[in-house]
Amino acid sequence: MTAPKSDLPQGTLDLLILKVVALGPVHGYAIAQSLEQVSRGVIQVPEGSLYPALHRLENRGLLAADWKETETGREAKFYRLTRKGRNQLETEAASWQRLIDAIALILGMANGGAR
Amino acid sequence: MNWWQRLWRRKQMEEELEKELRFHLDEHVNQLIAQGYAPDLAQRNARLALGGQEQVKEECRDARGTRWLEDLLQDFRYALRTLRLRPGFASVAILTLALGSGATTVMFTVINGVLLKPLAYPEADQLVTLHGKTEKYGDQWGFSYPEFHDYQSASRTLGSVAAWTYGGGTVTKPGEAEYLFGRHVSSGLFSVLGVPLVAGRAFLPQEDQPGAAPVAVISYSLWQRRFGGSPQAIEQQLIFEAKSYTIVGIAPAGFRLDGEADIYTPLGQSTEPRMRDRGAFFIHVLGRLQSNVTLAQAQTELSVIARRLAMQYPENNQGRDMVARPLSREVVGDVQPTLWLLLGAVSLVLLIACVNVASLLLARAVSRERELAMRMALGASRGRLVRQCLTESSVLGISGGALGVVFAVVGVHPFVSLWPGSLPRVEDIQLDWRVLLFALGVSILCSLLFGLAPALRAPARKLEHALRSGSRSLGSTRRLHSLFVVAEVALAVVLSVSAGILARTLVRLLSLDPGFNTRNVLVAHVALSPAALENSTKARAAWEDVLDRARRFPGVQSVALADVVPMRVGEDAVGYWATPVQPPPDQTPLALMSIVTPDYLNVMGISLRRGRFLNEQDRTGHEIAVVIDNNLAQHAFRGSDPVGKPLWLQGMPSNPARIVGVVGHVRHWGLASDDQSRVRDQIYVSFYQLPDPLVSFLSSVMSIAVRTSLAPLNVAEPLRRELRGPGGDQTLYDVHAMDDLASASLARQRFLLWLFGIFAGLALVLASIGIYGVLTYLTNQRVPEIGLRMALGAGTRNVIRLVLGQSFGMIVVGIGVGILGALAAGRLLQHLVDGIRPADLSAFAIMIPVLLVTALFASFIPARRASRVDPISALRQE
Repeated sequence: MTAPKSDLPQGTLDLLILKVVALGPVHGYAIAQSLEQVSRGVIQVPEGSLYPALHRLENRGLLAADWKETETGREAKFYRLTRKGRNQLETEAASWQRLIDAIALILGMANGGAR
Repeated sequence: MNWWQRLWRRKQMEEELEKELRFHLDEHVNQLIAQGYAPDLAQRNARLALGGQEQVKEECRDARGTRWLEDLLQDFRYALRTLRLRPGFASVAILTLALGSGATTVMFTVINGVLLKPLAYPEADQLVTLHGKTEKYGDQWGFSYPEFHDYQSASRTLGSVAAWTYGGGTVTKPGEAEYLFGRHVSSGLFSVLGVPLVAGRAFLPQEDQPGAAPVAVISYSLWQRRFGGSPQAIEQQLIFEAKSYTIVGIAPAGFRLDGEADIYTPLGQSTEPRMRDRGAFFIHVLGRLQSNVTLAQAQTELSVIARRLAMQYPENNQGRDMVARPLSREVVGDVQPTLWLLLGAVSLVLLIACVNVASLLLARAVSRERELAMRMALGASRGRLVRQCLTESSVLGISGGALGVVFAVVGVHPFVSLWPGSLPRVEDIQLDWRVLLFALGVSILCSLLFGLAPALRAPARKLEHALRSGSRSLGSTRRLHSLFVVAEVALAVVLSVSAGILARTLVRLLSLDPGFNTRNVLVAHVALSPAALENSTKARAAWEDVLDRARRFPGVQSVALADVVPMRVGEDAVGYWATPVQPPPDQTPLALMSIVTPDYLNVMGISLRRGRFLNEQDRTGHEIAVVIDNNLAQHAFRGSDPVGKPLWLQGMPSNPARIVGVVGHVRHWGLASDDQSRVRDQIYVSFYQLPDPLVSFLSSVMSIAVRTSLAPLNVAEPLRRELRGPGGDQTLYDVHAMDDLASASLARQRFLLWLFGIFAGLALVLASIGIYGVLTYLTNQRVPEIGLRMALGAGTRNVIRLVLGQSFGMIVVGIGVGILGALAAGRLLQHLVDGIRPADLSAFAIMIPVLLVTALFASFIPARRASRVDPISALRQE
């Protein structure tokens, strides 16, 4: 955990949450954990903004939630993706991909120019 | 979940949120403990990672999207609590607003029903009425019957045209003899209006011809009255005016053509001479525009046809144009400006009520400044506070409005029944969604109006100052409060001066000489027995019998016949000229012609100025004698003595007539309206000099005028029995005491005066309360200053003068502004009400001192209280 932590670019938290939830019903704490683990600690979601984001997505109908028991036998709120959420995830992921490709192209070109 | 589900399940959602966050914390703690942290350290770290728990919750609540509603509910509950804390304030404010908005809602309900709702005919906006128009006498004239046919065949813009005129007569079978108001209508009338008959059919075109079999459509109420609503009424015979009519149809309930009628007969069957007279403009015409035609296009076409007719028939149609107007305007008549005037007046009352509540709220807002500052210090945004204040005022405004609607429901029908004469479209005046929407809009607007000033006082800056300053206000509200007082006084001035102008007008009109003696005169239409109307000889005999019996009747001093009676609906205008050459038709002066018997002068008490009145010697066979009024004498003879001069009358068989006398002018059109009427000259001709056809025609419309020695209405019923005639089928109808007619001719002025008087009184009371409240508040603010002044030697008088001086300034400015408004209101009144003179100084001279004294009295109480301030305690308050 020596690499510097990055702040999340504006608007990406929703996308990341959607992606994590797409893997299967999952509760809030697990989402926070996955985000941190999968990004190898580069991305650290401030837990304080995770829950408002979840509620916002639920309110917009992108996520749905059910109360279920965890392995440890406690009741937790499990989030899952709705059809609308899945569409949203696909379009946003695609547009991110395009953006990343474009940025990579530009950066690559600049290097080539310097050589 | 819907937003309302979320709203209702708020408690559950709160619990779930709590549970979700607790789960998160517990999991994190467990993990940290598993990683080897001590439990209390694990707790601490987990909490730190999550951030402030309450803050997270708050953000989650925001994310729900129903936040504004929850806030609204919260504010609403808070507003109810604060209002309940001060029930006196709340009830005064709500009652004030309810009075204002109730009155406004009543006026709007009437306007909505009478002016705004479409007429109850299908595609009513296509319906128009057509009128004749001349340069000199305006555009209120009817058509002649031949003209109606000309337009019917020539017009392409009007899909269909129909005509009608007044009728009426005695029905003798089945049942008792009874006079019925009727209408002669052309065959297309019901279909042009799009009115389906309840049963049977309308007239066929071939029935709308001279000589066709008599048929009738009867009204719904006559159908119920005489036939018990039986379907067998169709095809039954009705003996009407001694002729047997076959009933072919039943008109729908509530159907009316300028008032209700009981029997409709085909216009084209009439054989009266005037049906062929191109100079007799007695036909009312209405039509339906083709669906793609505008009113302007129809108007253009009408004018073209009118010009062609003017060339074809110059003796009658020269200078005569035709105009088309929407039927709705015709139905509504002249009440429109009065209604808007009243809505304007009640809006002023409502405005005063709003200003009143605004000043009350403002005074409260100032005393709540510390509370608001505290809320802000605890993190409330300014917008949130403004919203809270507005919610509070809306609670007041909407409760006031709701109570106002209740007042309106109760009040609208009494109001309509007080309307002078009959208000058109009364049946359409109901509370509907438009009215409710209006009331809601008015309440919200009022809430904004009186809530905004206090709301915007929510502190923006200088928080700590507000917190520190204790009970004393930081910013001065003096200017805003002064503005309120100025506004209230100005509005009260406008209303009370308007009332004053109306009162002066009424007094002046009542003192006018009507030109005759209205006391102890009874007038009534007489429907002769249908048998007597068969020919003129019988009619003359029947009239002699009526006059004889009436003359000998106890309590009757004298009796006369007349075709038109002053101050009652009905007129008979005739063209006249005093030189042998007839002027062109549109230049011919018109005079009101009265066909009377010689005793008319005595019965009415009209003053004789020159020569003699008509007498028994003026009979058929002699030269026609006419008596003119002094207006006509003035207009036609300019000071030279008209007695003995000839006078030519349009349509008279033997011209010229001879002027035998001059009488005083009679205010025929009513005390107020006579000066404004277009036809003001008057001519009297004896009934005994009429040719036979005219006697037959007039016999169905003649009235008797009776001078009594008792109260005239007491004579009415016995006289009615006495005059039933040999067949028992002679009836009196439209029975009035002349005094009542004269007083009814001022009904509109009197009605407006009453309303404005009430409005002005209300305005005065409200404004006084407002001034009292504002000054009490302002004086309380100045208590320490007053204490200081008194400690430095100021006396009671000085303090009173100080406070009164402050209010005097505001009142004077208010009166100044109000005078300007009142001048404008006076001009408006002059346009809308007959007989008003706007620059009526006495109205100002009387009303303004009244206002000044009232306003000063209202400020005197706080002033006196201020003068009793104890300097020591006042200074300690500092």
